[in-house]
This record gives sequence, structure tokens and C-alpha cells, in this order.
Amino acid sequence: MRRTYRALTTSALALVLAAPAVAEDTLSVVMHSDLKIIDPIWTTAYITRNHGYMVYDTLLALDAEGTVQPQMAESWQVSDDGLVYTFTLRDGLVFHDGAPVTSTDVIASIERWGQRDSMGQKLMQFVAGMEATSDTTFTINLTEPYGLVEQSLGKPSSNTPFIMPARIAATPADEQIAEPIGSGPFVFDSEAWEPGNKVVYRKFEDYVPRAEAPSWGAGGKVVNVDTVEWVSMPDAQTAVNALLTGEIDIIEQVAHDLLPLLDGEPAIDVVVQNPLGLQYMFRFNHLHPPFDNQTVRRAALEALNQKDFLDAAIGNPDYYKECAAMFVCGTTFATDVAGDVALTSDFEASRALLAEAGYDGTPVLLMHSTDLRTLTNLAPVAKSLLERGGFTVNMESMDWQTLVSRRAKKETPAEGGWNAFLTAWTAADVMNPIAAAGFNAAGDDAWFGWPNDPELEAMRDAFARETDVEAQKQLAEQIQARALGVATHMHAGQYFVPMGYRTDHVDGNFVDGPVPVFWQVARSDG
Amino acid sequence: MLGFLARRVAATVPVLLFVAVFVFLMLRLTPGDPAAVLAGDNASPQQIEEIRAQLGLDEPLVTQFGIWIGDLAQGDLGESFFFKQPVTVLIGQRIEPTLSLALVTIVVTVLVSVPLGTLAAYRHGSWLDRLVMGFSVAGFSVPVFVLGYLLIWIFAVELRWLPVQGFTSITEGFWPFLERMILPASALAVIYVALIARITRASVLEVLGEDYVRTARAKGLDEVSVVLRHALRNAAVPIVTVIGVGIALLIGGVVVTESVFNIPGLGRLTVDAVLARDYPTIQAVILLFSFLYVLINLLIDITYLVLDPRIRY
Repeated sequence: MRRTYRALTTSALALVLAAPAVAEDTLSVVMHSDLKIIDPIWTTAYITRNHGYMVYDTLLALDAEGTVQPQMAESWQVSDDGLVYTFTLRDGLVFHDGAPVTSTDVIASIERWGQRDSMGQKLMQFVAGMEATSDTTFTINLTEPYGLVEQSLGKPSSNTPFIMPARIAATPADEQIAEPIGSGPFVFDSEAWEPGNKVVYRKFEDYVPRAEAPSWGAGGKVVNVDTVEWVSMPDAQTAVNALLTGEIDIIEQVAHDLLPLLDGEPAIDVVVQNPLGLQYMFRFNHLHPPFDNQTVRRAALEALNQKDFLDAAIGNPDYYKECAAMFVCGTTFATDVAGDVALTSDFEASRALLAEAGYDGTPVLLMHSTDLRTLTNLAPVAKSLLERGGFTVNMESMDWQTLVSRRAKKETPAEGGWNAFLTAWTAADVMNPIAAAGFNAAGDDAWFGWPNDPELEAMRDAFARETDVEAQKQLAEQIQARALGVATHMHAGQYFVPMGYRTDHVDGNFVDGPVPVFWQVARSDG
Repeated sequence: MLGFLARRVAATVPVLLFVAVFVFLMLRLTPGDPAAVLAGDNASPQQIEEIRAQLGLDEPLVTQFGIWIGDLAQGDLGESFFFKQPVTVLIGQRIEPTLSLALVTIVVTVLVSVPLGTLAAYRHGSWLDRLVMGFSVAGFSVPVFVLGYLLIWIFAVELRWLPVQGFTSITEGFWPFLERMILPASALAVIYVALIARITRASVLEVLGEDYVRTARAKGLDEVSVVLRHALRNAAVPIVTVIGVGIALLIGGVVVTESVFNIPGLGRLTVDAVLARDYPTIQAVILLFSFLYVLINLLIDITYLVLDPRIRY
């Protein structure tokens, strides 16, 4: 591989660079970030997940109704005792290197994903073994019934269980794969890849789409263009200018403050392709004062409110929603139980709780990310609201990469640790209490902030074992109430990032869903 | 002369070694962890620790430095944490756009600033002189990114004369290359035109008052010969110095310009690497830039010898 890259001389690259920005059958797209890592199992980065959907296919997939559907699978059966899942693969599945997709490949891919992903790891705790019974059938044998087998294998967001050839999936889970070979609708063009500048995907001619209409990650992935180019354009203003002049066709995420520049442009349309959007999260560090005290965390919940965050960060009410559901409004497990606390600020209640907790004015070290436009304005709002609620707040500004490094530190704030920060999640990542990292309350093994609540963990465990959806919904209500009771984190508002595209270049027939995908859509004649 | 060159080349080694140590320490002491960036936002603390170990970032600083400097001594600049490619390959991919932008900017700068400064000096006190000096102050005062966006808005978005962004190699034809160079090179050149025009004016003005210029005129030489052969040539040393310094400063300018105009050059590689904490790439690019600084200074010194034979080292 390295030799291949070496062979790419500057002039050869220049030739690629110099190709017309938009050919007849090419979509030129500015994504939210540059693709750096090509292994969607090794990293949870969203851009690599999006790359995964181009190159790989999945065994199962979630549709727009929240139902898990077969994707590479033709069908599957569950034994009466709920211990054996038997999957049959579709005919005609083939990898980009020409090899047929077999049960062995699927098993190897699930095993590698199961070592890496949080839902995968949970699933593997219940798996006694997986067995290929033929080239196209295999079984997953459980030690006891587990309620999230399908949801895990149909997980739409990072890490999505993409299927790779067994020889590639044999790569240790803590090492990156070297070959991006999948059986998905697009082939990654390694030779045309210019790291930091351009990624090129070509239509996989041997891909056999399902017959059903596409719905989120499920259904037929019919590709109507020959090539999709992801052009790296870190400057949001430059991307909008390039869209205005027709140098690019699509911007995956248009900055909210730049939307007025596209208003009234007859050849540009702006759509929300991800109907569930994203959710802001205010995260407490449960290890250190003052947020090691549950009553103090509750006081903070009383002081904060979603609308102020959303107004400051997004601004345009068309693109945000106040939502009491921690599992995101519009999803299977959405519930308002106890969630109203996030909608309004009650500073009197906050001060009363602080008095009850004996808060001594210990400053809250609030980490402020300054370089991601959808996060930048959140921390100053949090500081203001917390101070009005009776807190002393010390806000430290830093770039996002510094923040993600610092949030991993368990030391006290004085020793380089922290008390609170804000971030955002794709809704697909927080739609159930197992996938949503914020609900993990396993102490040292939990996500950053390390809440420790055995009762909440027991509830999550019961949710995972429950196989009846209605019973799972009841458990989700209890989990939300418990999470807000112990204040693991605050759901700080739901928002949507629009996609912008040129109507004279693109037909606009995008597939809605939590991930931007480029099947179904075609070039437009204008 | 040869002895001078040998001494100067030898002197680059300790300079680059100092830069290497400094950059290495600066990066390690700066907050931020490449492992956390690599792992992604949803990664667990355990996954981040695993990646740190894989990258060797859990080793003591001295060990990390020893490994890096050892590889460097063998010409190995290392492998990018992110792209899993040798840094030399990444630099090779990015050097053409940066060199193109720098060269076009220098050519534009010299072609515009030296005649402009000379004319201003020759017409000292005239409206032309005041215009050039006024432009010079304005050129200094406007940041390159503001100018860049302004040029894009006027010439690309509104008039649609030129493209907003990107780079096309000269191997694809001169006009495709030039049309993507005009705006970034103009944005970048303004500050250097302002700087060099000002210095040229001052130097030429000083020389125009010298006795030998009066003598030249007394001999009956035409004004063009007086200005170009006698005044400008003798004023050239400070001008060349400023041009040299300008070229060195250009390296900083391309970082911003490449971001605004989306040119996939070394400037953007640097910004991306810094934001991602891609240590091997940052170290290599800064070493390269430092080497260029040293090289440019050496070339300036050699140019002095050509321009003024009286200069001895």
C-alpha cells in the first residue's frame, strides 16, 4: 500500500487535481470533515462512519420507522427459546475484490466489531459462539436471551457493524485495517485519494441492490452516479462560496449563520436530510467537587435550560427543537418522564438545592470549546445560567482537540481535570440506553464523567435482556427518570443541520436518515 | 566565497537541530492528545489509552525524542498518525501548490512593487507618490484573509470571472493554472507590494540625491538610464533584503491563504496537522520551513555579492 502511495508523484496527483470539478456523472460534495482514517471499526469518528456506508454493507439495517430490516441478510429466524439466531445471506453478494461474501466473512466482521463497539461488546457478553453452517447461512448462539441482538447488528451509527472480507477482519481490533474493501455500493479509489484534499468513490458495478425502496440504511441502495468526490474544504465560508458559483454540488452541513447567504438563490435548495438531528449534552464529572454531589448536580439541572443553549448555538428556531426526551424526540424510546427539568431554568430551585447541599462556592471548571461552530456558544451560556443559579464558574477556553484530551483525565480540576463540558451526539447514537454513552453509570468503566450508580446499571442490564419492545419502553422511562434523578448528564436540546445543494446539478432525491448517503440521488439536468 | 558557503551550510545543522528539539518539546507540552482525536468522540478512555500505547506516546519524552531524531538522521521523517503514510509522501503531494502560490506571488510582487516604488521616488511629492504611499499603508493594514474574502466576493461570487477555490497544476495548461492562482496570489501579494514599494521608494529616493546621480545627469544621460542603471542598481541591496525577508514571511502567509482559497498545499497540511495533533507531520513541515528560511537567507547573502562587488565575507 505504502509503495502504491509512493508511486503517486506530485505531477500525477496534479493531473487528478486538475480534472474538472464536476463531470457529467460526478457528485462533488463537501463533507463536515476530512477523511483521515479508513477503518470504521477502529475509530468512532462520524466521517469514517460515513465512509463506511459508502464502501461497506451491513447485515441488518434500521429503517425510518425504527424497525430493523434485513440488508445483506435475506432473512433470519430466532429459535423459540430465543437462544439461536439463524441468518441467511442474499444471493449475489460480492466484495470489491471479486470474492463472494460468505458467512465466514460476516462472522469475522461481527467478531472484530464486537471487540470494539460498546453495543457489540455488550452483545458478545451473551454470545456463546457463532457458526457458519454453509457459505450463506450462519448462527449466533446465545448463552441466554438478549433483547438487543437485531438492534446491535442494525446499529446505524458509530461503530456500525460493517461487513468486511474475513482476511481483513482478521486484523486485530486495536489495529487499523490497511485495505478498504467492502461489498457496499461504492468502491474506494485508493489511487485517487489525496489525504486532506479529496476522496473518490466509484460506483460498484457488481453491487446488487435490494428490491425495497431505500429507508435510512435499509432498502435498495441504487447508485445513480458514477463517482462521488468528497472535497475537503475546512473553511465554511469558502464552501458556501463554492456552492454559490457551482464549483461543488452539495455541502453536507451548512453552517447555520451562513444560511442567509443561500436564501433567495434560485439554484440552491437547503434540506434537513437527518430528521432526528443531533442532541446537545451537558456532562458532569462525578468524581470531583462540586459535581460529586448529586444534589449539586440536580441544582445545575434546575439552572440550565435548552432554549438558551439552542438560541445561542443555532439561533434559527427552524433548525432546533426543545425536547424533554433524553432518547430524542421521535424515536421508539422517547419519553417525557422527568425530562421537563431541561426545558426551563428555575434559579430559585437551584439556589435552594445548593443551600441544601451545603455548596461552599467551589468553582465549577467548565471546559469551553472554541473552534467547532455548533459548540462554541454553549459554554458561555452554561456559565451565565449556572452563575444565576448560585454557582461559581471558572470557564476555560480551548480548542476541541484539547478538550477531548482533557476530558479523559480523571485528576482534579486543579491537577488538569475538569468539572463539566458540553458536546453533541448524532441522535442515532443516543436512541436507547445501551447505545447512549451518557447513561453508562459503571463508574471507572463509564464514559467520561464516570457516574457510578449500580441501580441505573441494573436497569440498563434489564433493558438489554428484555425482548419485548413495550416492556423495553417502560424500562426506558424508568432509566430516564433515574438518570435525571442522579443527574448523569443533561439533554441540552435537539438541533438539525441542513444540507445545501444545487438544484441545477443534483435532483435532490436524497435518502433521509442519520447518516448522509449517496445512493438514490442523481445528477440533475437543471 | 566557497569557504563562506561551506561555513553557512555547516551553520544550518545546529539551527535545524535547535528547531527540531524546540518543536518536539513544544508539541509535547501543548495540550491535546492525538490518540483522543484518532479514537473519535464516542471512544472510551480505554480505547484512547490503547491508541496512545500504539503510537508510542506512553513512552518517556527522552525515548520518544531519541527514536524520532534517530530516524531523522537516516532521512526518515516518520509516518503520519492519521493517514498512515510517510510524511515525505504527504509533503511531496502538497509542495507543488505551495511553491506555485509562492512563486506567482513573488513574481507579481516584484513586477508591481519595484516599478511602483521607483516611480514614487522619481515623482517624489506628486499625487502618484502619495497614492503609492497611501496604498502602502492600506496594504499593511488589511489582513490577508479579509482581502481574500473580499476578492472572492467581488471577482468570483459576484462577477463570476474567476473560481472561488482550488488548485490546478500547470501541467494542465497555463490558463487553468493561472485562473486559480490570480485571487490567492493577489490577496497574498498586496502586503508584500506595500512593503517592498515603500522600501524601494525610500532607497531610490536616497540614491537619487547622491553625487554620482547628479554626475550621470550632468553627462547627459537620459532619465531612464539614470534611474535604472545608476539609482535603482545602487539602491538594490536593501530592496533585495526586504524581498528575501518577504519570501520568508510568505511561508506564514500561505498558511492562511491556502485555507481561505482551499489550496491543498503545505499551509493547509500544517493547519490540519496542528488541529489534529499529528506530531510527525507538524515536526517535518516546520523543519522544512526552517530549512527554507535558512536557504533563503543564504541566497540573499549571495545576491549581495552579485549586486555589490565591494561586499566581502
